[in-house]
Amino acid sequence: MSCLQTIQDYGLRSLGIGERLLPRDNFTLCEQFTLIGSGMLWNIYFGVIALLTGFFFATALGVGKASPNPWFRRPAEWFIFIFRGSPLFIQFFFGYFLFLTLKSEYAFFAPFTAAWLGALIVLFLNTAAYSGEIFYGALQSIPKGDVEAADAYGLSGWSRFRRVIWPTSLRLAWPAYTNEAIFLFHATTLVFFSGFPAWQQRGDALYYASYFADKTFNPFVPYPILAGYFILLTLCIISVFGLINSRLNRHLPQAQRRKIRLRPNLIR
Amino acid sequence: MFSFCTDPSILDDWFWFSCYLTTGVHMSFYMSFLKVLLLLAVTAPVALAFGFGGAMMARARFVPLSWVGKGYIALVRGVPDIAFFLFFVIALDQGIEYLRHKALCSDWDMPIRQGSDFVVCQAAKMPLGNAAQWVHETYGFGLAVFTFAIVFGAFAANVLFGAMRAVPRPQLETAEAYGMSHRQTFWRVLVPQMWVYALPGLSNLWMVLIKATPLLFLLGVEDIVYWARELGGTKTPRFTDYPHPDWRMWYFLALLVFYLLFTRVSEVALDRLMKRLTRGQATTGGEAQRRAGA
Repeated sequence: MSCLQTIQDYGLRSLGIGERLLPRDNFTLCEQFTLIGSGMLWNIYFGVIALLTGFFFATALGVGKASPNPWFRRPAEWFIFIFRGSPLFIQFFFGYFLFLTLKSEYAFFAPFTAAWLGALIVLFLNTAAYSGEIFYGALQSIPKGDVEAADAYGLSGWSRFRRVIWPTSLRLAWPAYTNEAIFLFHATTLVFFSGFPAWQQRGDALYYASYFADKTFNPFVPYPILAGYFILLTLCIISVFGLINSRLNRHLPQAQRRKIRLRPNLIR
Repeated sequence: MFSFCTDPSILDDWFWFSCYLTTGVHMSFYMSFLKVLLLLAVTAPVALAFGFGGAMMARARFVPLSWVGKGYIALVRGVPDIAFFLFFVIALDQGIEYLRHKALCSDWDMPIRQGSDFVVCQAAKMPLGNAAQWVHETYGFGLAVFTFAIVFGAFAANVLFGAMRAVPRPQLETAEAYGMSHRQTFWRVLVPQMWVYALPGLSNLWMVLIKATPLLFLLGVEDIVYWARELGGTKTPRFTDYPHPDWRMWYFLALLVFYLLFTRVSEVALDRLMKRLTRGQATTGGEAQRRAGA
């Protein structure tokens, strides 16, 4: 079987398109590359959607935590503490079994027990908490002069937030937020190891990598392939976020621009 | 556990739960919490030692040694997290068995990798096939600790390397001006001062280490996640005196609370430690303490 044929059969296997049965023996390098790459689609799906939706919630959380009003501050603080203080792994498990219990009461929750929705919600809440803390920190470190200048121009309330505070805090938070994004994509590999079943063996990249490692007793091929894919993905994220970063910093002289520094992180 | 537990089906709620929560399997569940604490207690110092070694190597004046240290830091930090855990346990296991195979079974003529099988002679199995159950469990636990230590050691090395460079130059120059040797400067001036710079990074690492402990489950250790899944699942009256529906949600809620409490306690303790280490240091924090004291 040629490699092109394999790509046709398994390229979209993780979405349920193509060959139904996974290869069982005599694994070729091409099969491993194709299937693990196919699984990456799930990692990208989880990461991108959770990041896009989480961004808005995180902004609300950051503003809430920085608010002097305890009715906004307390819930935001608690939310951030709960999601940053416990392991994501346990959150996934809890979320899955919570949805399972709800499903037995109300049929409405049936789709929530599938990974595409249930795990996405957990990831969304989790990344919102982590990014919320980053945005909170950025709101705290806005230069006093910027806010005073806005006051002097007669800006207040919403327009001051929209034109001065929010863009500045975003600019300050961006390098840390980039790391959070990378970290989130790494965290998506946990999904299928934490209760959420891989329906009809449609799993993510790590699911297929560990499938191959289990079947061949040889971790030295699938895991480096997985690592290679993730390094590529990380480079893509860095370049996209770098573009946004230079757009956010476009009014500053070259020397004052904040560079994105890659700070790899561990399990959350 | 209690004397009134002989027939649980007739007990009312409160007594039922006090019996249910003290059954033998629940004791194993509570023991697994101790297992997690043990893992942390063993891993943290080992990882710190790895980190210290790595950082010392990375700043060595002998260039190849410094490459080894920097390579270790960069390699481990660059690879995605749980893939590393999954990879390392198998790789370590196979590496040990491979070395023992080479040493013990020199007359073995078949290749070790046969297609998709990894075959070593009986004597090279680790642990030996006829070993007791607890040997297997301890070996698995030991591998897990070692894996954790290697991964977290690289992160700790990075933190300590940064902290060593953050100690103000003049402090070291003063030490040299007093005629201390390179080694004396390192142990008497640099190391005592670097901890205050390292502590924020290390406490962050400690928090991450706490949150990484559920991954023991993935490494095949019977930890709290394993027991929560086992105990929470639906139990029918046929197999147990304590039938109940699917309670896994509540068990994982308990784990969630356990981790939150642990995190909170650590935060408070580390805050105290930071205050203690800041005392008398040439930093703004130390200066503020001095003012407050005066």
